[in-house]
Amino acid sequence: MAEYPARVKDALAAAGASVGDRVRVAGARAYEGVVMPHTEFSGADILVVKLDNGYNVGIPVAQITAIELREKKRAAAIARGLPPPTPGKPTIGVLGTGGTIASFVDYRTGAVHPAATAEELVFSVPELLDVANVRARMIYSVYSENLAPKNWEVLAAEAAKELQAGAEAVIIPHGTDTLHYTSAALAFMLRDLTGPVILVGSQRSSDRPSSDAAFNLICAARLAGENLGEVVSCMHHETGDTACDVLRATKVRKMHSSRRDAFKPINAKRLGTVHADGRVTWEESATPRSKGPVRVEEGLDPDVALVYFHPGLTPKRFEGITHGCHGVVIAGTGLGHVSDDLMPVIRKTAADGVTVLMTTQCLNGRVGLRVYDKGRDLLAAGVVPGEDMLPEVALVKLMWVLARTKDPVEIRELLATNLAGEINPAITLDEYVF
Amino acid sequence: MDPASLGLKCGLEIHQQLDTHKLFCEDPSDRSEGVVAEFRRRLRPTQSELGEVDAAVMEEAKRKLAFVYQATGNACLVEADEEPPHPCNEDALDTVLLAAMMLNATIVEEIHFMRKIVIDGSNTTGFQRSALVAVDGSFELDGKRYGVPTILLEEDAARKIEERDGDIVYRLDRLGVPLIEVATTPDITSPDDAAKVALRIGSLLRATRRVKRGIGTIREDVNVSVARGARTETKGVQDLRMMATFVEKEASRQTALADCTDELRKRGITAIDDGIVDLTDLVREAKSSVLRNAIAAGGTVLGVRLPGFRGLLRGKLGPELAAHARVAGVGGILHSDELPGHGITEEEVQRIAQRMAVEGHDGFALVADAETRGREALEEVVERARAALAGVTAETRDPRPDGTTVYSRPLPGRARMYPETDVPPIRVTRERLDRLRAILPEMPETRLKRIVTAYTIPRQQATQLLEDGLDGEFESIVKETGEAQVTANALTYQFSEIRREGLDVDALPLERLRELFRLYHRGAFAKEAIPQVLRHMVRESTDASAAVTALGLGTMRDADVDAVLDEIVAAHEAMIRERGEAALGPLMGVAMERLRGKVDGRVLNEKLRKRLAAR
Repeated sequence: MAEYPARVKDALAAAGASVGDRVRVAGARAYEGVVMPHTEFSGADILVVKLDNGYNVGIPVAQITAIELREKKRAAAIARGLPPPTPGKPTIGVLGTGGTIASFVDYRTGAVHPAATAEELVFSVPELLDVANVRARMIYSVYSENLAPKNWEVLAAEAAKELQAGAEAVIIPHGTDTLHYTSAALAFMLRDLTGPVILVGSQRSSDRPSSDAAFNLICAARLAGENLGEVVSCMHHETGDTACDVLRATKVRKMHSSRRDAFKPINAKRLGTVHADGRVTWEESATPRSKGPVRVEEGLDPDVALVYFHPGLTPKRFEGITHGCHGVVIAGTGLGHVSDDLMPVIRKTAADGVTVLMTTQCLNGRVGLRVYDKGRDLLAAGVVPGEDMLPEVALVKLMWVLARTKDPVEIRELLATNLAGEINPAITLDEYVF
Repeated sequence: MDPASLGLKCGLEIHQQLDTHKLFCEDPSDRSEGVVAEFRRRLRPTQSELGEVDAAVMEEAKRKLAFVYQATGNACLVEADEEPPHPCNEDALDTVLLAAMMLNATIVEEIHFMRKIVIDGSNTTGFQRSALVAVDGSFELDGKRYGVPTILLEEDAARKIEERDGDIVYRLDRLGVPLIEVATTPDITSPDDAAKVALRIGSLLRATRRVKRGIGTIREDVNVSVARGARTETKGVQDLRMMATFVEKEASRQTALADCTDELRKRGITAIDDGIVDLTDLVREAKSSVLRNAIAAGGTVLGVRLPGFRGLLRGKLGPELAAHARVAGVGGILHSDELPGHGITEEEVQRIAQRMAVEGHDGFALVADAETRGREALEEVVERARAALAGVTAETRDPRPDGTTVYSRPLPGRARMYPETDVPPIRVTRERLDRLRAILPEMPETRLKRIVTAYTIPRQQATQLLEDGLDGEFESIVKETGEAQVTANALTYQFSEIRREGLDVDALPLERLRELFRLYHRGAFAKEAIPQVLRHMVRESTDASAAVTALGLGTMRDADVDAVLDEIVAAHEAMIRERGEAALGPLMGVAMERLRGKVDGRVLNEKLRKRLAAR
């Protein structure tokens, strides 16, 4: 919610009025209504007023002869507390991170804002309380693209704390854009999980009647009753509200910019399905609950870069991006290729002791550095093949590995080891999303 | 009915589809039958910090419906609510701005799109995008001034196809088609004036030449109240010719309900208990198939006493209570004014009445369904019955083809509007308004005068052309052919007749109409064939030349006509001898049957007359 530019702000201040107050705006045509917050796309000289018929209109300051304050904004909403736990329902720890999954409409101004407290978070999807006892905490209130590796470490610690405190499951409502980075990071850091840690996003915010947030969250809550001890995502299986896919944290990727069913398993099958009627069916064998205690293997080296190769990428730009890094993940073309131009700089990077990990921008399939000369040259240069790891997952894994060891042999060994389901040694014909 | 003595007040909201691509994406706005995909969704009421939810929205949520959406070729991810809206269609906005100027309205400086919550499923998003474009308009009609407080630009809803196993099926072809909404002040005081105002606004909008024509492209919301009643809004009246009927019947309904309230007061009724009674054991043997089927399916028969309602249910409060019961998902109710009947005997009625302590002026209502649903239904019935003690209720109603209406939901409040943050506001610039002012269309009355003078057709016909929005077509055709009277007759009388047959003749594109009159003008067929050709063009959605060929039309050589007439005369020798010149009428009938469309009627008449005179 942006502030009004100076001209409008001054006019409002002169009248002693602010957002949410009822005013009468005199001019060529008088309008009476509630002062709305400024929006970015509105003109710098425009005051927005919500009329009694519910519509907003923009009025240029130049046309206003007077603003008369009619009524101050009423006191803020009374905070509602969460109800006491109901026996027989599972307890779920909800860790809020922000993003569009939880947002509210202020019916007085009609403005939408994200949930700021844990209670608001739960009440934006009150249906959740029908399924489980909810303990909610707000960890962050940011859009997901602003979450950095250090935030992933905090989330891992908080998730472990919830499970240790007896929660049957942990749900992390999360913005969708970087959800698959966070899920991978948690998967590498959390060990011996006594229950599932479930990342849930929504592509239509919860202030809308058509929001997918409620369905996704309720489906996620159903997993509290399952024998599941790993980090997963749980979101729409298709465009309709029929089922949610339970996907492994290291094999999931956002594959559509806007559809509800954006999250797909890559080089893997879905683990299971939560159906609209509440049934859960399993297609793959997921990791069962551990007896605990939950361990957190924290520590991520943030000095790792992900470079998307493209024709025309110059050695200079490559160097610019990778300068000072301890590790570099390349999303190469096809089986894992880059142009001849880049070979010297890659050789030099690897020779300097920087780990260079090759993945494919095809996403589907495995890199194959033994098929063409280019691949063999890359191997000779010291590039590590990233198997069928998604570039983003490879990035997170390399951060985690580099925080554990700087020994080149150990690094190679860890990268080649399947630590959290990130490597599928045998991709089957049905494991292909297109 | 005397509208003045009832204190009738009526205002209209006219929704007219605009003839451009969709409002928030580039899909064409045509009707489409080709379904490419189906998906099933639910909608839920959204929460505010205070947990406030709009009354109309809450009631829709009670129905707990699921919706099936059929995606068509002209529905992209935007209509599926799977992609944010694209910026507003500027052509559509121009059209609304033109209409606003024609209505002398004040145009808003910066236009903001809102989300109007509607969770009946007709919008995949659960809201309708709508913007206030202009305020304070007005127009004059028969010397009276009517206000136009608001002019909106909004998106049309999805088209309801059917109800299937508890799901409502909608098709997405219509979703997102731009609509202009023109609202009038409630200054209409008679049913006939309502119809006139609707026609007037309709012709004004059509004067922009940028609106769609044909069935379903214009829909009206009709707000009606009488002094002893309350405002009701009947949504989506499609047939303008029914407008007066809707207003009249709604005024009568409100009057009858106000009489009921008076009678309930007279009977001293001040409260209604919620005592819902299980009657299943009393009616187990009943002949009524409704009751038997419900019991067989494991349901129960429940009843509630309606104190003082005897005689006030049939045709008055009964339909209202039933409509409210349907909100809970039951098929309907049975009430005491219609019993005994429906397979329920006098004796059974007695036992039911006894169980519920029904006596004197009391009535009752029954529901046969699954127990929970039945209870919910009767709770709705009781709530509605209590409202009847206070008077007529303000509400939204749905139109029925016979001009009556049925309760649909409470009137929405303004709590259901919030900003559409995905669509940037639009600053209406001076340049834009200047550009539009330069192309402002002729006002209907100026146009009427000009058409009457320029084409010498009767004023009444010209008026009808304007009211039906066919004046543009008329001018375009006549400029090409010069056939003013024939064209006027076709577009007025013949179009009306074809419409009455249920054929959507208004959907014929101008190009096809022009071709039709071009062919006629060249003598390709006689004018009597025009209605026949039109019908064929609509039914087969084909062009004029194809229709003419398919119908075997085409003018005959004179000698061939003579031969057919000679044959007819010979075959009716006896009648001609008997009636003499008076045989012309019947002979003409026979001749027209064989030669309609191939020979002009006047020519036939002349030839037959000559033959009779020569005998």
